[in-house]
Amino acid sequence: MRYSGFRVFTEGLFGNKGWKPAWRDPAPKPEYDAIIIGGGGHGLSTAYYLAKNHGLTNVAVLEKGYLGGGNVGRNTTIVRANYFLPGNSEFYSHSLKLWEGLEAELNYNVMHSQRGLINLFHSDGQRDAFVRRGNAMINQGDDAILLDREGVREHLPYLDFEQTRFPIYGGLLHPRGGSARHDAVAWGYARGADRRGVDLIQNCEVTGIDIENGKVRGVQTTRGAIRAAKVGIVVAGRSSQVAAMAGMRLPIESHILQAFVTEGLKPVIDHVVSFGMGHFYISQSDKGGLVFGGDLDFYASYAARGNLPMVEHVMEAGMTLMPMIGRAKVLRSWGGIMDMSPDGSPIIDRTHVEGLYLDCGWNYGGFKAVPASGWCMAHLMATDQPHEVAKRFRLDRFATGHLLDEEGTGSQHNLH
Amino acid sequence: MRLTCPLCGDRDRREFYYYGSDDYLDRPGPEAPASAWDDYLHNRDNPAGITRDLWYHEQGCAQWLAVTRSTVTHEILRVELVAGLKGARE
Repeated sequence: MRYSGFRVFTEGLFGNKGWKPAWRDPAPKPEYDAIIIGGGGHGLSTAYYLAKNHGLTNVAVLEKGYLGGGNVGRNTTIVRANYFLPGNSEFYSHSLKLWEGLEAELNYNVMHSQRGLINLFHSDGQRDAFVRRGNAMINQGDDAILLDREGVREHLPYLDFEQTRFPIYGGLLHPRGGSARHDAVAWGYARGADRRGVDLIQNCEVTGIDIENGKVRGVQTTRGAIRAAKVGIVVAGRSSQVAAMAGMRLPIESHILQAFVTEGLKPVIDHVVSFGMGHFYISQSDKGGLVFGGDLDFYASYAARGNLPMVEHVMEAGMTLMPMIGRAKVLRSWGGIMDMSPDGSPIIDRTHVEGLYLDCGWNYGGFKAVPASGWCMAHLMATDQPHEVAKRFRLDRFATGHLLDEEGTGSQHNLH
Repeated sequence: MRLTCPLCGDRDRREFYYYGSDDYLDRPGPEAPASAWDDYLHNRDNPAGITRDLWYHEQGCAQWLAVTRSTVTHEILRVELVAGLKGARE
């Protein structure tokens, strides 16, 4: 069923009785050409591009819970391509281009809104770093505009420009940055993959990976054994557990990141704003809620909920930057399980097992990468070769020293 | 989350700096191959369940602590001084 405004209109005339489920609910077949473990954003987009770009449609996505129930359903939905390092820069640039065509591509309203992203800076040194970053973005073919203090005031008049602790010197505006509806991205890719013949199998937990003579043969699941010559692990915060089924010990530590949403308000924050000195970023959802967050809680955790010190820290940072939000009521907060890599950059690579592929290490930046991660993971699984824009996301780069340390903070999980 | 420091007693999480897994206690020797250093610095069991990791009581007694805890419930099971652990490097 193709979605359109006309369709919404005619369904409205006839009691909305014509809508069908957006995807099938198939039982697992005994064998597939390829299996994706993990039905989140990255897994679903991998399945979609396997079918779309590579003609591989005998594919199953195995999800232990429900589709899009993990980090893709619990993040702060920021889409941007403002990376600096070669390796990251071209990858996120590719991803943003995919975002820009995503709604037409999927025939699904993912509510992608390029409202502009402003990263604030608060010192001469930070301004120099942002000038350099902006130039890297422009060199990559993306957009960046350096705003001085008055330029920031024009866009964000509600900031506290009088504060002395972190005076606002200016900001780097990335006009094509913005946000999207997180669930819709997962649903759009799920529907697109299903329509091309991919089986999306929910409530199906992988309990083992079958390996013979160094080649993957399939997986064991709570719904029986399923054979496949190619298996992709795309499970974010649970990467260490699934990779352990293939005897691997990953350079990943799972950390917790909290986020917050207020009650719905009239439009007040038009951009995505980040305040690096206070570890705070904020945007306003189309529903009106202020969506904001800060840093990791900074200890390994799978609890999917954080502790109060970081709640307090994020609120303080928000009040420092924009005191006007002080009277908004926080409706809810939550924690996601972040697969932190030592250098803060992801891994899309083969493993020591033939036919077993790994897509993980998205840290707290996986949402914007959903299209390109799936695009590149599908390329890797179909051709056994890394995609040009993801070739530096190697699993062995920590051993060889070819790090992608965007923040320059060091090769240690708790520093990013 | 609160940690019970063996020297200072029950203290707020904010007084502590988290360093990482207790793998950091097994520093490779000078003759160890590069792969041992890669394991030591980067690769982790990363358990969903009971783990032991290193915390520094930076706003207290300035001792390194080995904390046994659950990564799923945040329950703290045991806190020991790293200095008192058998096998800890002198």
